[in-house]
Amino acid sequence: MAFVPVDAVGLEERAAVLATRSIKRDAKVAGLRLAIGCMDLTTLEGKDTPERVNQLCRKAQEPDPADPLVPPVAAVCVYPNLVTSAKAALQGSPVQVASVATAFPSGQSPLRAKLEEVHAALEAGADEIDMVIDRGAFLAGRYHEVAAEIAAVRATCSNAVLKVILETGELGTYDAVRRASWIAMEAGADFIKTSTGKIAPAATLPVALEMLLAARDFEQMTGRVVGVKVAGGIRTAKQALQYLVLVKETRGEARLHPRFFRIGASSLIDDALMQLAKERTGAYQALEYFPKD
Amino acid sequence: MARYRKTLRRKKGGTTLATASRASAQPASRLPAVAGAAWPYASAPEAHELFLPAARYELFVGGRWTKPKSGRYFQTIDPSTEEPLTQVANAGAADVDAAVRAARTAYERYWRRCPGSTRAKYLYRIARSITERSRELAVLESLDTGKPIREARDFDIPLAAAHFFYYAGWADKLAWAFPGKTPSPLGIAGQVIPWNFPLLMAAWKIAPALACGNTVVLKPAETTPITALILAEIIQQADLPDGVVNIITGGPDTGQSLVTHPGVDKIAFTGSTEVGKAIARECARLRRPVTLELGGKAANIIFDDAPIDQAVEGIINGIFFNQGHVCCAGSRLLVQEPVLETVVQKLDQRMQTLRIGPPLDKNTDIGAINSKAQLQKIRELVRSGDDAGRPRYETRCDLPDRGYWFRPTFFTNVALSDRIAREEIFGPVLSVMSFRTPDEAVDKANNTPYGLSAGVWSDKGSKNFKVTAQLQAGVVWANTFNKFDPSSPFGGYKESGFGREGGVHGLAPYLQR
Repeated sequence: MAFVPVDAVGLEERAAVLATRSIKRDAKVAGLRLAIGCMDLTTLEGKDTPERVNQLCRKAQEPDPADPLVPPVAAVCVYPNLVTSAKAALQGSPVQVASVATAFPSGQSPLRAKLEEVHAALEAGADEIDMVIDRGAFLAGRYHEVAAEIAAVRATCSNAVLKVILETGELGTYDAVRRASWIAMEAGADFIKTSTGKIAPAATLPVALEMLLAARDFEQMTGRVVGVKVAGGIRTAKQALQYLVLVKETRGEARLHPRFFRIGASSLIDDALMQLAKERTGAYQALEYFPKD
Repeated sequence: MARYRKTLRRKKGGTTLATASRASAQPASRLPAVAGAAWPYASAPEAHELFLPAARYELFVGGRWTKPKSGRYFQTIDPSTEEPLTQVANAGAADVDAAVRAARTAYERYWRRCPGSTRAKYLYRIARSITERSRELAVLESLDTGKPIREARDFDIPLAAAHFFYYAGWADKLAWAFPGKTPSPLGIAGQVIPWNFPLLMAAWKIAPALACGNTVVLKPAETTPITALILAEIIQQADLPDGVVNIITGGPDTGQSLVTHPGVDKIAFTGSTEVGKAIARECARLRRPVTLELGGKAANIIFDDAPIDQAVEGIINGIFFNQGHVCCAGSRLLVQEPVLETVVQKLDQRMQTLRIGPPLDKNTDIGAINSKAQLQKIRELVRSGDDAGRPRYETRCDLPDRGYWFRPTFFTNVALSDRIAREEIFGPVLSVMSFRTPDEAVDKANNTPYGLSAGVWSDKGSKNFKVTAQLQAGVVWANTFNKFDPSSPFGGYKESGFGREGGVHGLAPYLQR
C-alpha cells in the first residue's frame, strides 16, 4: 500500500474525467464559499511589507463585506519576518497565521538553520509551519534523510500545524509524488502540500489526485487523517471547484473542511468573489469592484 | 440489502489491512476531529429542448423517407422514465426487398464505378456533419439508450465521427492496403446492429462498407433507432447518391428478412451470440460471406504489482461503462491473492461514489438499463449468484422511481462454474475471483466460450507482454481498458465471433481480393 506503483495515463485520465463535473448554481455557491473557507491567503514576495500583510489580513477576515455568508479564510501565509505583523492584524480572529520556513522555497540550507528559522517563526506567533522537503536528498534516494529532517521539524513544531511541501514540480514522476507523500505522512506531517508556487508546474489535478489517494490509503492503514494542501497556479474559481471535486470523490465530503484541505493562493479569492457576486446578482462585475489586497 | 449487510459483518470479523496496521503507533492528531460540509452537486441537465426527436420516423430507402408498406409502426421509449419517445416504422419483408433493390440499383449504376476519391469526399462530409450535430446526436443517444450524456458526448459521438474520418482516408488507397491485389467491392452489405452503442455501431458498419465501394442496407436495433435515423438525415444532406445507404427499422423479423434476402452479398452482424449463431447457420446455407461480433465475458487480471488505484478505475470503467451493456466489458475480475482484500475494499469504496441517475444530467456516471427485457435478464443472473451463496456488494444510493434501473454490483468468491462467471450478463455486474500464479490467471481467463477482450494490470512490462500473448481474446488491454481507436481492429475469438472491424483489417470483410 505504501509504495504501490502509479500509472500515469490512468491517473491523468481519472483527473480529467473528474474535471468535467458540472458544478452549477447552489453547488457552485456552496463550493466557492467552501473554497474560500479552505484558503491559505498567501503573499510570498521579496517586496512584502508589514502594511501589505496588514491589508491582506483585513481581507482574510472579511473577504466580501457585502456578503456576510462568505466565511473568513483558513489562514494567512507569509514569510517568517512578517509573522509578527500578521499575528497582530489577526488578533482575535479565527484566521490562523502560517509561515513558510526551512529555507523556503529551495530548502538548500543546513538543517540547523532550518530549525532555527522554524523556531523564529513559532516565536513570532505562527500557528502553522509550511516547510519544504530536501528535494536534493529525495532525488538522490536518501529517503531517510528526508524523513529525518521532517521529523526534526515536526519535533520543533510541537503543537503547531505542520504542512510539508513536496514541490511536486521537481519530483518528476507520480511514483515519486506518492513516495514523498508517504515519507512526509509517516514523519508526522499534518498536511502534505503540492508546491511552493515558485516552480512551474505547481499544483496540477493529477498530482493532487495522487496525493489525496495516498492520504486516503494512509488513513485507512494508520487511522491518522492527514490533510492535503494544493498550492501554486490556482487562479480561477473553476479550478478551485475542480480540486473540491477531487476531495469529495476520493476522500468523501467528511474531508471537505479546512482541517483536511487547503488551497494556497493569492489572486484566486478575487475570482471566487466575482463568481459569487455573479451568482448573487445575476451579472458579472468588473474586477475593479473587488479590492485587490 | 440484507445480504449486503451480512457481507459487511463478515468483513469486520476478518483481519483487514487497516486493523492489522493500526497497531503501529502513530502520533495522535494535534487537530480537532471535525467533519466537512455536505456538498451535493446541483442537477446539471444538458439542454435538450431543441433536440427532441420527431413525432414519427419513416424508412430511409433509395434516398427518400418512405412509409412502410406494412403500414405498421412501433413505439420507442426513454428507458430512464418509460415515457414514449417516438413512433418508428416497422419494415416488413416488402420494405426490406425495396431497400435491397434500391441498394442494388445504386451499386450497379453508380457507386461501384465511382472513384475512391469521390467516395472519400462523401465520407468526409458525413464525418463533418456528425461533428457539427454532435450535441443533438449525444442528447438523442442518451434519451434513446439511457446512457449518461457524458458518455454519449465524450465517447459515442466523437468516435463515430472518427470512424468516418478514418475510413474516408482509405477509400482511394485500397490498393495500398492490400499490396499486389486488386480489391473490388462485394456488392450489397446487409448490416444488423445492437442497442448498446447505436450510432457508433452504425458508423463501424457503414464507414468501411462505403469506403470499399459497397452499398448498404442497415437495420438498427428495435429499442434504439433514433440516431441511425438522424444519420440517415445527415447522409441525405451530404448528398450521397440515392440508395447507397438505406436504413430500415424493425424487429427480429426485419433482421431475418434482411439476412436471408437473395439480393444481399454480405452480412455483418453485431449482437448476441445466440442470434449470431442463427445468422451463421443461414449464411452458411446461402454461402454468404458474414462477419459476426458477438458476446463476451472478458477477464481483467490484476497482479499484486499493479498500480492498484488505476486498476480499480479500470475495473470500474471496464464493467460499469454504459451500464455494462458492452460486449467487451471486463465482467470477470481475476485478482492475485496478496491484493485481493485491498482490491475488493477499494472497489467497494469506489463503487459507492458512482452517481446513478437521470442520463441527461452531466454529472451522471451510470444511466438506465436499456430495456425491461434486459433488466429481467440481469436480475435473473444476479439471483443465480445469490442462490450460489456468493457475497454480493452493491451501491447504496437511491434509484429513481420510474424507468429501468439496476445498482452497480459485484460478487466475490465466485467459482468458474457459476452462471455469473460463464454467461454474459450484459449489465453492471462483476464477478470477482482470485488466483495465485500467472499460469493460473491465464488458465482461468481463457476458460470461457467467449474471447472478445481481456485486460492485464501490472507495473512490470515483461509480465504484461508475456501474459497478454497467452490470452485468447481479440483485444487485450494492458494497464487500461475500453480504449478504442478507428485504426485499431476489434473482433473476437471463439464464440465472440469472427472478422475484424476497425483499422486496415476492417476493410477486408468488404472486399474481394
